[in-house]
Amino acid sequence: MNKKKQTVVKIVRGVADEEPYEEEFEVPYESGASILDALTWIRSHKDSSVAFRYSCVNANACKECMIVVDGKVTYACTARLNENGVTVGPLKNKRLIRDLVTDIVPPKERLFSIDQT
Amino acid sequence: MIRVSTDILVVGAGGAGMYAAVSAARAGANVILADKSLISRGGATIMAQMTVAAAVGQHEPDHWTHHLSDTLEAGHGLCNEKLAKILCEEAPLRIMEMEDWKVGWAREINGRMCQVMAPGHKVHRCVYADFLNTGPAVARALRGEVAQNDRISRASGLNVVDVVVHDGRAVGAIAIDVESSEVILIDAGAVILAAGGLTRLYRRNSASVNMVGEAYSMALRAGAELIDMEFVQFFPIGHLAPRMVGMDPIMWDPFRYKLGGRLLNGNFEEFIQNYGGTDEGVYTARRDLASYAIYKEKEAGRASPHGGAWLSFQHIPEETLKEAFGPVIKSLAKNNIDLTKQSVEVSPIAHYHMGGIRVDEKMKTRVPGLYAAGEAVGGANGATRLSGNAIPEAFVFGERAGRYAAAEVIKADRGEVTEKDAKMLLDEVHSHLKNNLSPSSGAAGLMHELQGVMENHIGLIRTGPKMEKGLSRIREMIVDDLAHIQIPDKGPFNQAMQDWLEMRNALQCAEAVALAATNRPESRGAHQREDIPNANPDLEKNQVLRLNNGSLQTKWANVVKTNWKLEEKVLAEV
Repeated sequence: MNKKKQTVVKIVRGVADEEPYEEEFEVPYESGASILDALTWIRSHKDSSVAFRYSCVNANACKECMIVVDGKVTYACTARLNENGVTVGPLKNKRLIRDLVTDIVPPKERLFSIDQT
Repeated sequence: MIRVSTDILVVGAGGAGMYAAVSAARAGANVILADKSLISRGGATIMAQMTVAAAVGQHEPDHWTHHLSDTLEAGHGLCNEKLAKILCEEAPLRIMEMEDWKVGWAREINGRMCQVMAPGHKVHRCVYADFLNTGPAVARALRGEVAQNDRISRASGLNVVDVVVHDGRAVGAIAIDVESSEVILIDAGAVILAAGGLTRLYRRNSASVNMVGEAYSMALRAGAELIDMEFVQFFPIGHLAPRMVGMDPIMWDPFRYKLGGRLLNGNFEEFIQNYGGTDEGVYTARRDLASYAIYKEKEAGRASPHGGAWLSFQHIPEETLKEAFGPVIKSLAKNNIDLTKQSVEVSPIAHYHMGGIRVDEKMKTRVPGLYAAGEAVGGANGATRLSGNAIPEAFVFGERAGRYAAAEVIKADRGEVTEKDAKMLLDEVHSHLKNNLSPSSGAAGLMHELQGVMENHIGLIRTGPKMEKGLSRIREMIVDDLAHIQIPDKGPFNQAMQDWLEMRNALQCAEAVALAATNRPESRGAHQREDIPNANPDLEKNQVLRLNNGSLQTKWANVVKTNWKLEEKVLAEV
């Protein structure tokens, strides 16, 4: 049988003020694929509630997809998936919003920034 | 519900939206600039690799009428000549203004701006920022102008979901804060839709994630018209293999501008000449012709291993490659790609949408108070866009939309968005919310399917039966699939809810594209039908779409012409 290769992505999930939990997803593995490929696959095939930011998809131009992969801060669009599996989590030095989404919005780009002072 | 008020609401903060905001602010208006992603990070502008067409005449003599002539030729008879004229005549003004804003256009040793030849242009006309950095450079410059203007309030993570119209006039919009899911009512004297095109509706695309035609769908629901929706441009040489990360799939375009390169079929033979173009290591074949040729070679069993064509720079010395693309060669090395030793595989990829919101020369729709700018606008580029016209279109139309909207609102009466305006949509959203749902692919999965339908049925090469099938599946998705999706009732950052809102727009827009394509029984520009391969002179008309009681209606309209003649080309003084 010509079964396609699989690998495992562990995602550290949760919202602020709650105990984070790890969830494992089995995803297709292709040589050279990015972490972002795996995350978008998870959303469109398994669980669309997994939250992460990205915009330019593959170009590393928008810089929105910064997360922690196996303990290292990196961009999901340039970090590679590997056959042994990876663990991904949110940036630790930013306020957690949900799952891999942290507060990276510059304060002056908030419509209600004045109210929050 | 939270309420805010402004003179002008700009929806979308890419090149067109930011330019519109700056332009409206300098005309004295207060502006809210909203983007569902982050200001200047989302959208298409930041992804621009290289060429910006403008007849600045720095490298060789040029005149905007020659740029217009090339634009109209590419448009296959369907360009709105008034809009195309504005685009070409004002592009140099905007490019020079951006220079004042410190874009840093690439310059030759003699201080003149570098200008390259691009397909469809008859002179070296396209300015750029090195290396493959045009998008980030212009985005940064505009971001700076926006940030230092006190009249502009920036709102990242604000998803504008519907324009509100009272008594036939746009009075503001309903928005949802992406982080909190809170509903926000925005009163505005005018709304400018600058939320880009629709190319993410296709499986293979070079778009940023939010380009799913939301501006078009919002415009339709507000009562505006769309034009030329059947014309989706496929960029012929999008990267296909080997897998490459951290680089835009369009990146081979600049390589060809600077170095030529050779496009070869699976047998390593040149083939463009068999379809009426030339290659010979020079990048001149029109985009639609090159895309068609690659498709046909594949059909004849002469594709590269992954189903595309080979692009080779192996005949070019390493030093020349490094000189032309410096750091990019290093990024390629990180992807284990050495152009001196290997060819890469390329194939067509959805890149730009010629059609869009129907506007006049002031960027005004038929709905008073509602404007559009950038790729969201239809008409200027006709049936195919000339390479390098997208960025000047964003700037020129953005500047106009901001200026004219500001002039209108300063004297206009204001309406007020009410909670009732938001009620219907919110009731619908709430009917989809459920507690304790088990994980599902939801609207994200439906988007994945829609991309396949668009790619296979309303894609690069079309036939009547394929399009009919695509259209009927899209309509099914609207009434069955989307209507039955359940959304987990949890905030903050309810991604599944945002997906549902996005999918509602995506499907409406997909239906418009499929319907317009089905209606055009000919091949012209980017609309290529295998079953009707020729253009029909009687169909040198624009197709206009409008929403009537929830269903799309189409009509044919005569192309807008204007008086112009070629002027003498001149070399700029520097």
